[in-house]
Amino acid sequence: MTELASTNALRATMGEYYRALADAALRKTAPVAWCTSVGPAELLRALGFAVHYPENHAAMIGAARTANRYLPLAHAQGYSQDICSYLTSDIGAYLAGESPLKAYGLERAPAPDVLVFNTNQCRDVRDWFEWYGRELHVPVVGVHSPRAIDDVTEGDIDSVTRQLESLVAPLEQVAGTRLDDARLMAAMRASRDSARLWGACLETASARPAPLTFFDGSVHMGPAVVLRGSDDAAAYYRTLLAELEQRVENRVAAVPGETLRLYWDGMPVWGRLRALSTMFAEFHTSVVASTYCNSWAFSDLDPAEPWRSVARASLELFISRSEAPKERYIARMVEFYDVDGVIFHDCRTCPNNSNTRYGMPGRLTERVGIPTLVLDGDVNDLRCFSDEQARTNIEGFVEQLTDARGAAAPRGAR
Amino acid sequence: MSYYAGVDSGSWTTKAAVIDGEGHVLGTAVTRSGADLAAAAERAYATALANSGRTRDDIEAVWSTGFGRNTIPFADGSRTELDCHGRGVAHYVKGPLVVIDIGGQDAKVIRLDAAGHRLSHRMNRKCAAGTGSFLDEISLRLGIDIGELNALGRGATESLELSSFCTVFAGTELLTLIRGGKRPADLAMAAYRSLVKRIVAMDVLEGRIVATGGVVAYHPIMVELIGAACRGEVVVPPHPQEMGAFGAALAALAACEAHDTSDTAELVQP
Repeated sequence: MTELASTNALRATMGEYYRALADAALRKTAPVAWCTSVGPAELLRALGFAVHYPENHAAMIGAARTANRYLPLAHAQGYSQDICSYLTSDIGAYLAGESPLKAYGLERAPAPDVLVFNTNQCRDVRDWFEWYGRELHVPVVGVHSPRAIDDVTEGDIDSVTRQLESLVAPLEQVAGTRLDDARLMAAMRASRDSARLWGACLETASARPAPLTFFDGSVHMGPAVVLRGSDDAAAYYRTLLAELEQRVENRVAAVPGETLRLYWDGMPVWGRLRALSTMFAEFHTSVVASTYCNSWAFSDLDPAEPWRSVARASLELFISRSEAPKERYIARMVEFYDVDGVIFHDCRTCPNNSNTRYGMPGRLTERVGIPTLVLDGDVNDLRCFSDEQARTNIEGFVEQLTDARGAAAPRGAR
Repeated sequence: MSYYAGVDSGSWTTKAAVIDGEGHVLGTAVTRSGADLAAAAERAYATALANSGRTRDDIEAVWSTGFGRNTIPFADGSRTELDCHGRGVAHYVKGPLVVIDIGGQDAKVIRLDAAGHRLSHRMNRKCAAGTGSFLDEISLRLGIDIGELNALGRGATESLELSSFCTVFAGTELLTLIRGGKRPADLAMAAYRSLVKRIVAMDVLEGRIVATGGVVAYHPIMVELIGAACRGEVVVPPHPQEMGAFGAALAALAACEAHDTSDTAELVQP
């Protein structure tokens, strides 16, 4: 694997964000809001909140492979092992009094003044936030979004727009300030610029060889998630995009000797991100794109129409849609990135981000003739992931695709 | 004449096969895998060689497969068991076909096209239900040796259901039925039917179906039940338990032939 030089800038950007968050929580430099990953971050930024994203926190727990220490603590509270392991590992970490943000001086996730959700991705985010709302006696507000949408209608947008507008008064009260239109427009512009640059970074992977992989993307998407509404995200993605474009020009491959190209649908397996990245590289297979990383490339935010454009963006997202548009989307990605196969991660505790359960892999194969593989696993609960089974499944898939091309076997004679 | 070998390092047993250059099986062996996979592979290979009447010096190449495929020091190459079971079956049965392989720790459904190329595969989830381990657990509950289960099931007269998805829960269900005075023969048959239900749920099983693996080799009743569930005949090729090892030996043969061809091709290039 070829490491990206921008990783140092990424560390600096993310470190700055976490330090500001710690300052807000510990020195009370700003009110703290918790927000779901596609919640109304621009509104919160414009009101001066430091914004913490529990999904990002949970992903850090997963990547640190500490989730399985925390999960039993949440299960013991009556939160099932079959529900979102982001939720259960994050609450478990709170109950254990631990946080991966310790390096930034936070013993626990930063204490919130308000919790803001959007259910466009799942119901679990609301249940997650309501647990904290009860535990910490903090108000919980949010958007109850339509889900499984075929075509986004004006009615859907009206509904979400009204709900977003209705959040302003209670959030102003918590923030102790009035919403300033100029600040909201600036936050919208920052989000739009960041999203467009992030989208452009991801699209460089359509080149052969691809300059970045899904595994790189899962790490480098951090600013697109946690720095929405801040100019810092766009600044970082200008650096990353320049490096990726240079790689394309010089034909530098993220996976040296790229032979096969795959698309990944579903959540990452955070505790195995490095191991899977290494395994695919060993097979000269580049996982060039994913639904997951693309989910933060919503570039149609319009500062002139903040509420409606945020509403539209949150509804048009892949995860908010029904099977048919999701299938069409993946088919477009298969064509755009010119991949040889699609891996669907069936994430045990995340049904909303597992597109395997209503026959999509088979339909996609019929629709565009692309081979698919379903990989059982989980985003954070490593008890649901078998290294041996995953390796055999992936290696077998690579053998199948390689043989179909009439090329040499992936391992071949030693 | 050149000879080739394959070793299938499985979760419960390690299998080995020795073949000639035309894919004829000259000798096979099966041994328990235990904790030392390399030692088990060595034992299986030595026994298969002895059974084939060949020595190590006669063997052009040995390839490995199975979950322990990367731990066998004397292997010249490896392929997954998905490849080797498909490759082995395609040697005996013309495609398109569906291969059902039921091993000790996993179950696989592999689709092959008319030329024997793999189209897709499915593996069981990370769970014992649907694998040979399930039958071991049931035998334990019934207090019999696993080798007696097939004969016991043949004596079934009453159709009982084990409805649970989970091996542990199925064991509990079994105890309930035992307490209810149900006959061990009927319980054994219920266990087989439960296993078959898990297998047929893995993929659409249509067309020519071939069954391989240790479970099929030692529990022929499973073949009949799969056939009944799929409303068709299920073909069991020779040496079903050693099919992975046979496929690995064929992979060794193919690799050597490809190497020879490429050498020749180089010679005739202008």
